[in-house]
Amino acid sequence: MSIEVSRLSKTFHRRFRFGGEVGTQQAVSDISFTVREGEIAGFLGPNGAGKSTTMKMITGYLPPTAGTVLVNGKNIAKEPRSAKQSIGYLGEHNPLYLDMYVHEYLAFAAGLYGLSSTARRKRVKEMLSLCGLEPEQNKKIGQLSKGYRQRIGLAQSLIHDPPVLVLDEPTSGLDPNQLVEMRKLIKSVSARKTVLFSSHILQEVEALCERVIVIHHGVIVADDRLANMVRGRTEAVVIEFSASVSEGILSAAEGVQSVSVAGPNRYRLVARPGFDIRVSLIRLAAERRLPMVGMVQEENSLESVFSQLTTEASS
Amino acid sequence: MFRIFLKEVNSFLDSLIGYVVVAVFLVVTWLLMWVFPETSVLDYGFADMDTLFSLGPFVFVFLIPAITMRSLAEEKKLGTLEWLLTKPVSEGAIVAGKFLAAVSLASVALLPTLIYYVTLYKLGNPVGNIDTSGVVGSYIGLVLLGAVFCATGVLASSLASNQIIAFLLAALLCFLLYSGFDSAAALAEDGNVSLFVRQCGIRYHFESLSRGLIDSRDILYFFTLCGVLLLCAKTVLSSRSW
Repeated sequence: MSIEVSRLSKTFHRRFRFGGEVGTQQAVSDISFTVREGEIAGFLGPNGAGKSTTMKMITGYLPPTAGTVLVNGKNIAKEPRSAKQSIGYLGEHNPLYLDMYVHEYLAFAAGLYGLSSTARRKRVKEMLSLCGLEPEQNKKIGQLSKGYRQRIGLAQSLIHDPPVLVLDEPTSGLDPNQLVEMRKLIKSVSARKTVLFSSHILQEVEALCERVIVIHHGVIVADDRLANMVRGRTEAVVIEFSASVSEGILSAAEGVQSVSVAGPNRYRLVARPGFDIRVSLIRLAAERRLPMVGMVQEENSLESVFSQLTTEASS
Repeated sequence: MFRIFLKEVNSFLDSLIGYVVVAVFLVVTWLLMWVFPETSVLDYGFADMDTLFSLGPFVFVFLIPAITMRSLAEEKKLGTLEWLLTKPVSEGAIVAGKFLAAVSLASVALLPTLIYYVTLYKLGNPVGNIDTSGVVGSYIGLVLLGAVFCATGVLASSLASNQIIAFLLAALLCFLLYSGFDSAAALAEDGNVSLFVRQCGIRYHFESLSRGLIDSRDILYFFTLCGVLLLCAKTVLSSRSW
């Protein structure tokens, strides 16, 4: 029940436009990754990095220019029906039939997966209660707000209890409360499922995923466990004194690579890789009787990793 | 395929398109058959339904594209086609479901016109003096012609991402398929060429059925034409390059 993507590429051909250019655009180039069974992988990247294109290829909507996608061991190009049967997909813009009733739409989606009429009724009911749609089930989708529509999108992707879930920015356009609810929902349904989940909101990925795949300009620039990604990067400490201290004294502490002034009586010290300079700084302050009043370790968040990765690759 | 078909039929009933199509067809054919003096059967004096069967195809040229124009064009515009294609449903099933739904609606529009037949049957002097086999053949022809128009409409809808363009394209194609070949045949000087060109068009086969002679070649012609048009629509969907 895994997603295996190998050497996948997609080239779009730009059509002729007056005043425009004709040419090709490489949306995704030669990417490979595997999401193992039971794993929640975050698919990160700035807008236009190729996330959606990759997901459309995984779900069998776009044919890839080169490379293969195996879902659950089945090649999506060769056995589209059985591969698609095991995927639940929530698309980027979450297209819905606005003139259908909520329950009718879910039953239609269930029918497309070949569920029998009793199974259909049962699953629709379960999904309505799971996604909190029961009070709205007899409304037309067009009458509902963005938050509810997004829940309907998630409900239809889960209707056949798929082992593989592909969610393309499921939380875009939601207000903060809905955001939290949606995340909770995704977290609760994704147990025992293989999930590939794209987003450009980093906190969300931190909250949901164990593993992160970062894509930029159609190339994978990082693919690692979240903990590993944040660890092992340059660490910095901001230290504050009640009086000014010469930078030379501070740079003498063990493991300090560089010192810069961060404000009045505040200094930012960057550690050499592998050193925790906080210990040596406290020792130094005690020995030299420096009037230290505070020390904060700069959190090496996913955010800074992300911005490093996606600017490194473009330069 | 059956799911798509059901969904389409429901959307016809839901969006009033179904009712409007049936109503418009009936009003137009009723006016032509009984009211307008140029084409009225009452003024004509013979108990036959030629008015319906000669003008019906032209009503269909406008009405059927109106049924089919939404089918794929709207799904493309809303992005729901993309959604459908990530489901375990083949492109062929989508096209076939839409096509069958449109054919059913067109056939339902034809059903009430059986009253015209009953009326003429009673009005005949003596009662029942009407070419029943011709009428049966004509009805079969009209349904088959409607099916070809539906296939054309679905194809047009697969090519366009705008309903109006889908409508106009379908209406043009239907018109050309129905009477374009006849006009082209008139240009040919060689009799054999002219006949061949005429046989390519729908009207030749429709008229042959209207005579009450159900020829397997005519039936085969309609089925083949539907098949080819639907295959084209499926190919367009598979190419993803709309």
